[in-house]
Amino acid sequence: MSALVEARGLHRVLGGEVPATLIDGIDMDVNSGEFLAITGPSGSGKSSLLYLLGLLDVPSAGEVTIDGRATSKLNEEARARMRLETLGFVFQFHFLLPEFSALENVALPMRALGRLDDEAILARSKDLLVSLGLGEHAYKRPEQMSGGQRQRVAIARALANDPKLVLADEPTGNLDTASSAQVLGILRAMCGPGSGKSVVVVTHDLGIAAQADRRLNIVDGKVSA
Amino acid sequence: MSGMNRLVISIARTHVLARLRQTLVGVFGVAIGVGFSVMMASIMEGSQDDFVRQLVDSLPHISVTDERREPPRQPADQAFDAAEIHGLTTKQLRPGIKNPYAIMAALEGWLPGAVAPSVQAKAVIRFAGRDTAASVTGIDPKREPDVSKLATQIRDGSLDALYKSSNAIILGSGLAKKAGVRIGNSVVVTAGTGRTISATVVAISHAGVTQIDDNTSYVLIKTGQIMAGQTGLVNELRVKAHDVMQARAVASRIEAETGYKATSWQEAHEDLLSAFQMRNFIMYTVVSAILMVASFGTYNIISTITHEKTRDIAIMKSLGFPSYVVRRIFVIESMMIGIMGLLLGWLLGYLMSYGMAQIEFKSPFMDATRLPIIYAPSHYAIAGAVALMASVIAGFFPARKAAALQPVDIIRGAS
Ligand SMILES: Nc1ncnc2c1ncn2[C@@H]1O[C@H](COP(=O)(O)OP(=O)(O)O)[C@@H](O)[C@H]1O
Ligand SMILES: [Mg+2]
Repeated sequence: MSALVEARGLHRVLGGEVPATLIDGIDMDVNSGEFLAITGPSGSGKSSLLYLLGLLDVPSAGEVTIDGRATSKLNEEARARMRLETLGFVFQFHFLLPEFSALENVALPMRALGRLDDEAILARSKDLLVSLGLGEHAYKRPEQMSGGQRQRVAIARALANDPKLVLADEPTGNLDTASSAQVLGILRAMCGPGSGKSVVVVTHDLGIAAQADRRLNIVDGKVSA
Repeated sequence: MSGMNRLVISIARTHVLARLRQTLVGVFGVAIGVGFSVMMASIMEGSQDDFVRQLVDSLPHISVTDERREPPRQPADQAFDAAEIHGLTTKQLRPGIKNPYAIMAALEGWLPGAVAPSVQAKAVIRFAGRDTAASVTGIDPKREPDVSKLATQIRDGSLDALYKSSNAIILGSGLAKKAGVRIGNSVVVTAGTGRTISATVVAISHAGVTQIDDNTSYVLIKTGQIMAGQTGLVNELRVKAHDVMQARAVASRIEAETGYKATSWQEAHEDLLSAFQMRNFIMYTVVSAILMVASFGTYNIISTITHEKTRDIAIMKSLGFPSYVVRRIFVIESMMIGIMGLLLGWLLGYLMSYGMAQIEFKSPFMDATRLPIIYAPSHYAIAGAVALMASVIAGFFPARKAAALQPVDIIRGAS
């Protein structure tokens, strides 16, 4: 398997009166089609690592290469463009726009990318919602849905532009057992050899970690054996 | 419209509609600013136009008189270099304009307008044992209608009635009332020169301005010359130009050709016109201030929205929305408030101007009048443009701040 993401010598230090080292020298890869679980104690730097891999944050040192493209020298707009084109995010909190329906939320990244026309965007948004079991909730706003449904809308939105890499930060952290299992199943099913998608999940949940292709344990901002 | 722009507008719309109360406050702020600006402009420019029009209508565009711009050089001054004579005024007693009809004929060869003569005399009008002071103006009824409104201000009769009897006189309405005179009465007119004639009142004039109607009377040029004791001379040639704005240029040509002093209305009212300029400057300053204050409200609203919507901004930016799109959302929200405000403001401004135009003012010095309101598209365009520009600026600063937000800062806190 070839590496979709290569992180080399990653450091992330937050400035301030007492500088905080969030990431303290990490080398890692995410392989194409892989389901990778990042585990570790609370406060160990898992989210911080995910933000770096997802180009939401910039490393203090080191390089993240995604799909063969070094990203450390990209400006903010270029990183935003890469997020839009090749990455999808799912967070613990759903982060849906409250005034928009599920359908409109899913359509958002496609409309921002502007590759499809309105009709195609609508059709694809519906398909995504249906495939995640949300067909009848398409016109509901986030507040009218359950936590599990909202999280599935967020997954649908993450998949909107057919990203190569989906990054999920404790996506089941706020969900009950049944919803968690459902969300995990969806994430698990979207990757695999030949799927063209990799998934990185940050989780406490050992059940999720057990289903991963590979597991990366982070302690104190470093990879631990 | 691109998909992105439609997206931006639909997001902006939801933000603005979700805060309907705040939005309406902002819209009303702009509307009141625009409305009052339009109303103020229509009153101020209306009254100014009206004033200038009355001025231009009631006075000759150009007045040609036998005066000099420079005091004449004195013989001693001419003879001896050392002799300097100071303190001379231009107000020499001058005899008047000679050969007025020859001059008028010459002017009519090129003049873009009309010209008429007049003679002034002070007199006392006696009727039924009562004396009333009046000024007597000698005019040419054939030429007068071309240079003044007098012909249209004659009640019960016409200017030509002056030809009816050998000594006919037209009295101002107020003067006639003071003297207790009616048409057909015979009055005795005694001029300052001592000349006395008996004249028949043939018509009454009413200009609508007390100052004029209470004091003025009109006779034929010839009669006027007799009263003033200056046979063959007139005091003034009055010119009405086809284009009032050309009066200055025409006046200087008349002056060059005739040698008499020709004063355009602009020159005669230079101080007034510059006072108008100052007034306009003040008006536009006040109007701009009103619109700026209105845009502070908009700024406040957009700032509030960007604060409330920090999370949404972080979402959009994390998904990969470019900064300019985020910026555009809030600038457009501001413009939406601005546009709604200016549309409402136009309506408000129109209604207020219209309402103002209905109010009747009674004055002891004038006939009852209404405020001279003008409805100029330019007032609406300027107020609208300034309001729109102010709202773009008001939206720009919070929008720029919103667009600079780092999504990870919010996501870190929320997860
Ligand atoms: N803005 C910040 N300022 C200071 N310390 C921070 C900040 N954000 C996170 N941290 C610290 O960095 C460490 C790593 O955080 P995080 O990546 O969120 O860990 P995890 O996701 O593994 O719980 C934690 O100790 C956290 O307290
Ligand atoms: Mg975390």
